[in-house]
Amino acid sequence: MKGELITAAVLIVFFGAFLYVNSTGDHEWSGADSQAEGAIGELTGGSYEPWFEPIWEPPSGEIENLFFSLQAAIGGLIIGYFLGYNRRRSEVEAPTKRGSNAR
Amino acid sequence: MHIMEGFLPHPWWEIWFALSAPAVAYGLWRMNALVKERRETLPLLAVAGAFIFVLSSLKLPSVTGSCSHPTGTGMAAIFFGPWIASVMATIVLLYQAIFLAHGGLTTLGANVFSMGIAGPIIGYAAYKGVMRLGINPYIAVFLAASLADISTYLVTSLQLALAIPAAVGGSFASFRAFAAIFALTQVPLAIVEGVVTALIFKYIAELRGDVLLELNVLSKGALNKLMEARG
Repeated sequence: MKGELITAAVLIVFFGAFLYVNSTGDHEWSGADSQAEGAIGELTGGSYEPWFEPIWEPPSGEIENLFFSLQAAIGGLIIGYFLGYNRRRSEVEAPTKRGSNAR
Repeated sequence: MHIMEGFLPHPWWEIWFALSAPAVAYGLWRMNALVKERRETLPLLAVAGAFIFVLSSLKLPSVTGSCSHPTGTGMAAIFFGPWIASVMATIVLLYQAIFLAHGGLTTLGANVFSMGIAGPIIGYAAYKGVMRLGINPYIAVFLAASLADISTYLVTSLQLALAIPAAVGGSFASFRAFAAIFALTQVPLAIVEGVVTALIFKYIAELRGDVLLELNVLSKGALNKLMEARG
């Protein structure tokens, strides 16, 4: 349980910090990647032109969200399957050790 | 840490490709050999890759009022070493470059270098170094994952600074500007990534400690200690 509690505490502090910062004024919450893009403009006096365009861009924010969620879903599915499969396997293989505790 | 499409001028994008390509090729070779010789590690390979998928899709708000994402590469580096981790990072970066227009194909070499090579090497070295000291493995995992995360962003800042020196102050001024954007934002995210990675590591060690033994991630003594602590 200790690991879960530490993780939960860190996440609460993390989101607490977000809520606090959010309440202190106007923040854009934009991506650091695009801010770097802006910084390139400033540092070079606006002279830098990207020399290559993305071959395909999600046509809207919704489509972009779709692909981001898909990415997370694929990953989550695999991790969940692995943990679930192995949890059951360890119960079946060692019924005296874990099963007896559970019942 | 994605350097956007077209934002690395010649010769930098070629340089980073030249540095990354051999590492990824070697990683592919290592991965092939591992799967052939130790089939039982395949599910764990999938999990380490999946972990990168999940973490690098999460854009999290930070104390700086901007958002960034963790990398998730620390776990793959701990389990399989930095070279195999570089293959997994390449897959994720390709997915994001093609479907999301995040990062890019011309900047792929540089992005693979920061997220797939530099970060994992530092994470791997941190894990092995801390384990050698005999400290609790979870602390080693936490440090490895956090350092892999933050160093990825420092390398990105360096890559941008080298390629795009400021009109006033040159690359040094550029590095400060980029590091100010990336590094500070990343600190809380790196801490969260470290803690979450340690928790998942704990689940994996409890369930498949045998595979971690075989991969030399944990020694017999360290694994026994973890299992006792679980009770």
